[in-house]
Amino acid sequence: MAARARFSLSPFYFFLLNAFLYLPLLLLVIFSFNDSTSLVFPLRGFTLQWYRDLMQTPELIESVVNSLLLAVGSGLAATVLGTLAAIGLVRFRFAGRGLFLSITAMPLVIPSVVLAVALLIGLIQLNVPLSLWTVGLGHVVISLPVVVMIVAARLVGISATLEEAAMDLGTTFWGAQWRVTLPLAMPAIVAGFLNAFTTSFDEFALAFFLIGRQPTLPIYLYSQLRFPSRLPLVVAVAALIIAGSVLLIIFTEWLRRWGSEE
Amino acid sequence: MERNKLSWLTLFIGPSALWLLLLFVLPMGAMALFTFRAGSFGAEREVFTLEHYRDFLSQHSYHLLLWRSTWMSLWVAVLSIVLSYPVAHYLVFRAGDRRILYLLILMVPGWISFLLRIFAWKVILGSGGALNSLLLWSGLIHEATPILLYSPLAVVVVLVYVWIPFAALPIFASLQRIDNSLLEAAADLGSPQWETFLRVVLPLSMPGVGAAFFLVFIPTLGEYVTPLLVGGVNGIMYGNVIQSQFSRALNWPLGSLLSLVMLVVVLPIMLLFNRLIKLEEIVEI
Repeated sequence: MAARARFSLSPFYFFLLNAFLYLPLLLLVIFSFNDSTSLVFPLRGFTLQWYRDLMQTPELIESVVNSLLLAVGSGLAATVLGTLAAIGLVRFRFAGRGLFLSITAMPLVIPSVVLAVALLIGLIQLNVPLSLWTVGLGHVVISLPVVVMIVAARLVGISATLEEAAMDLGTTFWGAQWRVTLPLAMPAIVAGFLNAFTTSFDEFALAFFLIGRQPTLPIYLYSQLRFPSRLPLVVAVAALIIAGSVLLIIFTEWLRRWGSEE
Repeated sequence: MERNKLSWLTLFIGPSALWLLLLFVLPMGAMALFTFRAGSFGAEREVFTLEHYRDFLSQHSYHLLLWRSTWMSLWVAVLSIVLSYPVAHYLVFRAGDRRILYLLILMVPGWISFLLRIFAWKVILGSGGALNSLLLWSGLIHEATPILLYSPLAVVVVLVYVWIPFAALPIFASLQRIDNSLLEAAADLGSPQWETFLRVVLPLSMPGVGAAFFLVFIPTLGEYVTPLLVGGVNGIMYGNVIQSQFSRALNWPLGSLLSLVMLVVVLPIMLLFNRLIKLEEIVEI
């Protein structure tokens, strides 16, 4: 007990590490309201100019729309594929299960540049023109492992006896999945989707290789970094994305933890 | 019944297995075959050659860069683990009921756009940047210089910044799984706290540390975005030479070969990762 009462550096270190993580982001948010085109101290004064400019930049709006379409599309595809795979992995033991798991997990760690080159070469040889679609194909590959893991983790917690009980009461296996397992796993499935959505919305390294003429938001922002006069605009978008991400993450985690506790 | 099981299995596993086969496994094969082609387009693409292999073997700059990228990735992985381990430990053993909330606070920056987080550092470190102007303004320095920016060190610092939340997560998960009775037993047997940590907690958290290591080390090996933004000429990594074969040099076969080499380096590490790490270490909390 004496050890408990002893002064501990850990809370202070926790605070320090978080300061390190949050300060750069906070700085972007502060600069987004600063009345100056260069991002330097001292601050000049408060303005909403940059946010107003955002609305008058059609290429930016277009790239946001592209990114939203991409993230929703690839997110939905990854969620359907990943949920089905998670059910299969948790409920069945089959030959090749280990191999399937290994391959599913690989895109989680494989360097993006390798996957990007492989997909680019593969698609080009099949004469598939590069577009948002080709980026989407790649995004499903990298989102899939996380969806499978999140949904599988939840399914493990749902006892198979519930399904068996439903089947004893006369429903089919498929009916049991639809009426028992899916509703119980729903918070995890939605969390999986939101995860895949964010992954795709923020993704740059793959998109840089596979994008055609319609830029995604990260690609557009990157292209604007070359122009110093566009910097405040990028910073304002960054501040909006930071705010949006924080809200989305809190919601996702709420679904994943508290939402599934009932 | 057996036939039924098989058709369910096809329904559940089939779609993602097919997706991964067509868009993950086969493209890797296509990339491997493309390394034998003479050029990127037209008639040249139809000619088979070993020229790029000779090129790669004779060019020491590629080997040096691969070696340096390995070192940088090692540093990034080790530093992210060393910095995040104490926090994970604090969360699991000291933070009590607030641990999940605190973990979320730590994770939030991790889920914010990778590109923007690197961009934030460019803003901070640049010669006309925030840190410089702050130091000038406060009179600590007298002329603007890019601090740290455009060096391998800048790349390592920014990548550690990017990866800390992801390194903390698996360590947290493995610490969380340690049975409290083991710690009580150690205390009852008169073991001082540091010894309990070294002989019980640390060994039992090794799966998490391992997962964190792989999770950071492998993707970092192929990084090209961070060096592009904060690395400058001196801070480039192996991923950058791959990328430049597709953007500037337009030598796709050589780019494919460089990428294949990366895959060959990374594949055994990934297989080891699969062997040693249960995926639950990463997500389940």
